[in-house]
Amino acid sequence: MKTLGKVFMGIVYAVLYAPLIVMVVFSFNAARSTTHFSGFSLRWYSELLGDFDMRDVLANTLFISVCAAVVATVLGVIAAYGIFRIRSKRLRNAVNTVTNIPLTNPDIITGVSLMMLFTFFGSLLFHRSEILGFWTLLIAHVTFDTPYVILNVLPRLYGSDPTLYEAAMDLGCTRTKAFWKIIFPGIVPGIVSGFIMAFTLSLDDFIISYYTNGHYNILATKLYTAVKKPVSPEYYALYSLIFLTIMILMTVVNVIQFRAERKKDGGRPTGQKGFAK
Amino acid sequence: MRNKKSSILSGFINAPYFFWAAAFIIIPLIVVLFYAFTDGHGHFTVQNMASLKDYGNVILRSLWYSVIATVITLVVAYPFAYTVCRLRPLSRKLCNMFVTLPMWINLLIKTYCLTSLMEQNGLINQALTAVGFGRLSLLNNTGAVIFGMVYNYLPYMILPIYNAMSKIDPSLLEAAEDLGCNSFRRIRRVVMPLTAPGVISGIIMVFVPSVSTFYISAKMGGTGNFMIGDLIESQIHNQNSNLPSAAALSTVLMALILVSMLILNRFSDSEEGGGALI
Repeated sequence: MKTLGKVFMGIVYAVLYAPLIVMVVFSFNAARSTTHFSGFSLRWYSELLGDFDMRDVLANTLFISVCAAVVATVLGVIAAYGIFRIRSKRLRNAVNTVTNIPLTNPDIITGVSLMMLFTFFGSLLFHRSEILGFWTLLIAHVTFDTPYVILNVLPRLYGSDPTLYEAAMDLGCTRTKAFWKIIFPGIVPGIVSGFIMAFTLSLDDFIISYYTNGHYNILATKLYTAVKKPVSPEYYALYSLIFLTIMILMTVVNVIQFRAERKKDGGRPTGQKGFAK
Repeated sequence: MRNKKSSILSGFINAPYFFWAAAFIIIPLIVVLFYAFTDGHGHFTVQNMASLKDYGNVILRSLWYSVIATVITLVVAYPFAYTVCRLRPLSRKLCNMFVTLPMWINLLIKTYCLTSLMEQNGLINQALTAVGFGRLSLLNNTGAVIFGMVYNYLPYMILPIYNAMSKIDPSLLEAAEDLGCNSFRRIRRVVMPLTAPGVISGIIMVFVPSVSTFYISAKMGGTGNFMIGDLIESQIHNQNSNLPSAAALSTVLMALILVSMLILNRFSDSEEGGGALI
């Protein structure tokens, strides 16, 4: 039974990673083909380095992700604190339901609906047919990032101790001061993880951006025009580098986490034991 | 006095987000409905919805393919998560990491690589001809589309199930064993009920992107396997874009998802606050 499970796991991993291995291997291909390997070369990596168009697109991608993550974090923290302070249960449920809409709706609906909003009001208010661009893309990204920030911050707020806040007020703090001194330090981890989540979601997003970007190209939309035709191994090279970076980052994070957990557990390996022996 | 002040204050603090949510979450959906139910001059019409009957087969196909893909991912993910849970902590962490890792690579490039593996002159067929086996036509059929979806969305099923499973208190299983359950009955009576919420969120996380898929179906299934997502995309990005038709299709897609959510919610007894839950 146990070996059977391991074989099964091996097959799943093999399938999961086969296309990624193909990607990495063919990024070193000497020829342009993505099906016939004709020799090792770094040609596509050097082409990637010299590709100014790609450099612009990467800069755009990073810029929009940082902007969207910053705006979404500010908006999300304010929103979470607002929701936390809402007394009426009905109102709170209504707000939570609306917050969940971008999370449960498929990306294509979010993208299409925003695109239609922009074109509708673009022609109505500005009499312009081509309104899509950086600003609409930013609005779209902030819209789908913010709920994740709220979801990261809200549990921290609910976990905070209300008596501390009251004590601060009794000791003469104003509301604002009590917020910054008592509540804010407690929610910082949530804000940080919300920001990181927003940033990575923006980096990774394709579908919503595809409907709202106009002529402001980011990596995913450029990739989409590329993958409709036979793709240049230059993209393989780029995504191999991305893959490697993420793998290193994740390994580091996991090792740190594992060490921290083990330390907390007093030298013993963490977690419950494998539950079904 | 104090109460009044605090309610005014909380009103202010909620203003930015309420505005944003209304402007960019609620109104866009209303605009979609507006486009779906009006003609070019803003008059009410059901013409756009009625003309969707030509796409009936595409809508049914999307639904059918995504149900199959969701079932397959569940059947693969459940034993997978179970196997991972039985490993030692360090291996568990590693396994988890390698499930998460492919999620970070853009779906488009993964699908492209998968297609290049499976195409007529792709690596799989090269290997098959090398060992004297004929070429297989692996692409441009139903199976290819479903496989593409299973491949891309499998991690979204594994992770929630794994999370639910790893939280099961081992003493519950010991108790079940002491009370005379064999391992099959322990899975059936203890593990499965406790992982139901994970399964439900896994189903949602796979079904929703599957039913609205585009690119995967067009790339791997050829022209005969278009899905709603491909239709919406072509209505918008073609030369003469047809927004009312795209809006009508989006409305249908939303309705499909809403109905599936309601059906799923009936199965999950763990109702959490706030209507549409994940």
